Amino acid sequence: MLKKFEEMFFKFIMMLCNFIILFVLVLIIYSIFHKGMKALTWEMLTQRPHGGYYYGKEGGVLNAIVGSLYLSFGATLLATIIGVPVALYMNVYLIKRKKIVNVIRFLLDLIWGVPSIVYGAFGFSLMVFFGLKTSLLAGIITVTLFILPIMIRSCDEILKTSPLGLLEAALSLGSTRTETSFRVILKQSFSGVVTAILLSFGRAIGDAASVLFTAGYTDNIPTSLSEPAATLPLSIFFQLGSPVPEVQNRAYASAVILTVIILIISLLSRALSKRFHKNKI
Amino acid sequence: MENNTKIKIDHLNLYIGKQHILKDINIEIPENKLTVILGPSGCGKTTLLKCMNRLTDLYHDVKIKGSIYIDNEDVLHTSTDVTEIRKKMGLLSQRPFPLPMNIYNNVAYGLKISGRRNKKALDARVENYLNMVSLWDEVKDRLREPASRLSIGQQQRLCLARGLAVDPEIILADEPTSALDPISSEAIEKKFIELKQQYTIVMVTHILRQARRIADYVVFMYMGEVIEQGPAEEIFTNPKMERTKSYLQGAFN
Repeated sequence: MLKKFEEMFFKFIMMLCNFIILFVLVLIIYSIFHKGMKALTWEMLTQRPHGGYYYGKEGGVLNAIVGSLYLSFGATLLATIIGVPVALYMNVYLIKRKKIVNVIRFLLDLIWGVPSIVYGAFGFSLMVFFGLKTSLLAGIITVTLFILPIMIRSCDEILKTSPLGLLEAALSLGSTRTETSFRVILKQSFSGVVTAILLSFGRAIGDAASVLFTAGYTDNIPTSLSEPAATLPLSIFFQLGSPVPEVQNRAYASAVILTVIILIISLLSRALSKRFHKNKI
Repeated sequence: MENNTKIKIDHLNLYIGKQHILKDINIEIPENKLTVILGPSGCGKTTLLKCMNRLTDLYHDVKIKGSIYIDNEDVLHTSTDVTEIRKKMGLLSQRPFPLPMNIYNNVAYGLKISGRRNKKALDARVENYLNMVSLWDEVKDRLREPASRLSIGQQQRLCLARGLAVDPEIILADEPTSALDPISSEAIEKKFIELKQQYTIVMVTHILRQARRIADYVVFMYMGEVIEQGPAEEIFTNPKMERTKSYLQGAFN
């Protein structure tokens, strides 16, 4: 009798937690779309802002859409190129050195928790050191540093689950550790790695603080790496700070655009990882 | 026996941390015979097998002293090219680990990494090796399907074919039938009996009946030590050591 009650009680608690999470999520999406859809026009998507971002009711946020995409794709690409090999190195080459790997994991977890504004400040001091101005390149580098721990640790967690027997089997066939890493272990963990990339991309495109000083803000669409770039999170920040209600609504419209971009990327990556999932052992 | 020695294990000691796992192992494994390493679970059989192709490199805190000679080359020496050594040996593990790719590429993988890319030659070799493990007829229509969709017995045979495809001289098998049903086990055993004409097979097992069925040469291990070794008939009919006798009589089980 008591057991049955216990079972029901915890089931209820778990359902309640699920419900709360879902409710909050739906509420966020509802409020964004409710306010945003009013202001979301074709011009929003296709034009640059007219009349400054605090007061501009005219034009759109094309500069921020393009800037955000450049920035987050650039940073995600760089972080993937650096992060995936690091995670493979930790799990294939350093497999014998458990202690070193655990120290690396601990350090990565530590810097994962560093707030993005600190990365922004660090990126800014780097820029001063190298004599760079606010630019797309500076933004990409800063955001890359910011998402690298996320990328490495998420890949690492996935690669950790790859069975030791598979590594042994591949090595026994006479493949080197590099061949084993890229042709076997990475394939086995591909769907997880795609998720890790997606997670990093989400953080990259959604972060405002790290790009505030580094990528800057502009009404123009960047045509080279050395020009400043606008980003959606910052344009939301500026538009929300406006005293004009129409401009505030445009912030929600920008949020809708950001959400939809992330949705599209999620769906694409899911389709991609599904194609490789079937080979997983 | 007038056989050539293929693998010679010379005063091998292995420690994991402070634990002494393998104690002064001396074994000579004859060429083109099926050698069974027999012993109860946890006696270091698998560890010994993994020393032979240096998979022990992957384990934390392992210290090895002594030598393992394969064709007079010391496997454990630091200057030895591990990749080359491993190409000489196919490995069959307790449970099959097919590569995360399709059936065809599982067999072709080893060939591709050693630079063979000619499509026709690859096709022929894949068919040949799948035939060798009697898997061709079962999979010829679905070579592009993921290997993970095969049954576990088929997967184990695929792993054998994959290992044979890189042209090894030795097959290392670590309780290759322990995860399989009796029919699949029998298939593997039959293959081994066929293959021992051309390959030196070293098989680890704790199944006495299996050892009796297929072994030419037996190494009996207990608690990290080699208790007795010799031709299968001698060991099974006339064991010299007390502990071998009691194991054969089932005292440990």
